[in-house]
Amino acid sequence: MIWGLATSHVPSIGAAMDRQKTEDPYWKPLFDGYAPAREWMARHTPDVAVVVYNDHANAVDMSVTPTFAIGAAASYEVADEGWGSRPVPTVVGAPEFSDHLVESLVDSSFDITVFQELAVDHGLTVPLSVYCPDPGESWPCAVVPLLVNVIQYPQPTAARCLALGKALGAAIRSFPEDLKVAVFGTGGMSHQLAGARAGLINQDFDRMYLDAIEHDPEKLAALTREDYIREAGSEGIELIMWLIMRGALGPRIRRVHDAYHVPASNTAAGMVLFDNLGA
Amino acid sequence: MSTSTPRVSGTYVFDIADNRRGRALNRLCGSLKDADNRARFSADEDAYCEAYGLTAEQRKAVLNRDWTRMLELGGSIFYVFKLAVLDQKSMQYLGGVFTGMTTEEFTQALKAGGRSFG
Repeated sequence: MIWGLATSHVPSIGAAMDRQKTEDPYWKPLFDGYAPAREWMARHTPDVAVVVYNDHANAVDMSVTPTFAIGAAASYEVADEGWGSRPVPTVVGAPEFSDHLVESLVDSSFDITVFQELAVDHGLTVPLSVYCPDPGESWPCAVVPLLVNVIQYPQPTAARCLALGKALGAAIRSFPEDLKVAVFGTGGMSHQLAGARAGLINQDFDRMYLDAIEHDPEKLAALTREDYIREAGSEGIELIMWLIMRGALGPRIRRVHDAYHVPASNTAAGMVLFDNLGA
Repeated sequence: MSTSTPRVSGTYVFDIADNRRGRALNRLCGSLKDADNRARFSADEDAYCEAYGLTAEQRKAVLNRDWTRMLELGGSIFYVFKLAVLDQKSMQYLGGVFTGMTTEEFTQALKAGGRSFG
């Protein structure tokens, strides 16, 4: 495992790139913040990225709500979310690696749902664009989507997500082939879309989170779902997906870069990149 | 709402019971991710609501674009937003509606660092 990236996946960040608005005064500070991380990642290209994200009413409708799911397909179409598909390449899968992760995680008592067909929405494609803004005809790596239910209660706890990350890390390391793997934790930060508290931004909490994800993930895993909603908003609970990335990394990591910006549409946008230094 | 669902005032916290209550409304909104359905909805909104089995209250909320009422009737923001997108309304517009502000006021509040509580 070579690195772990945590990043917001706000749809308008993707739209800003698709519409060449990254130099606009509104967006420039956010994309300038990404630049050092992008340069570093471009020099450390993975073979496969495991992207931990949530679907937003596109591939998964409300007839089925998998708590944790993994895509095992050879490719994933880019979803039309109601405004047409993003003009980005089809996502290429890594089916044998997916199969290995599913088997290993189920053996570790994580009961994973398997998708053989999955249209991927902005939750997955925006983080790929944060990593690689100009993919051309194809993304620079294969992708394994790992979906988390953060829309309908009961949702997984933060502690369960960190534990899943640890099992995911062990699963990645036990794959018999020599693959370079990156893990993306996506979603959040301060994020309250609906209701009287819409537009909530809690910079103190977000900055605490950006720090603790490196130094004390157990503290973040101990927060209740109520804590997340109260401090970061009802969609801010997406931050629990960062803990899956963090759990997957080895014991020795180094922070390469971080960035934090308000606003990205209705929310705060954060990112932090860790180099994985191994055992 | 189930007994284990977190309760935080000023937010909608969507759970299994809300899914059941809002199912027809969310199915309708979710269907708008397909271009053909967007055209069919726009051609005859009332008939489309009928076909999806919305309750009278849900239908009224959809036809009147009463965004807050849709959420109260079991709508999920991620589904309801697809109807707003069809109307070419942004999430900032909805943020203004939910908080009693104009879109410009809401956008300005975010630019100024966001709204804070407590």
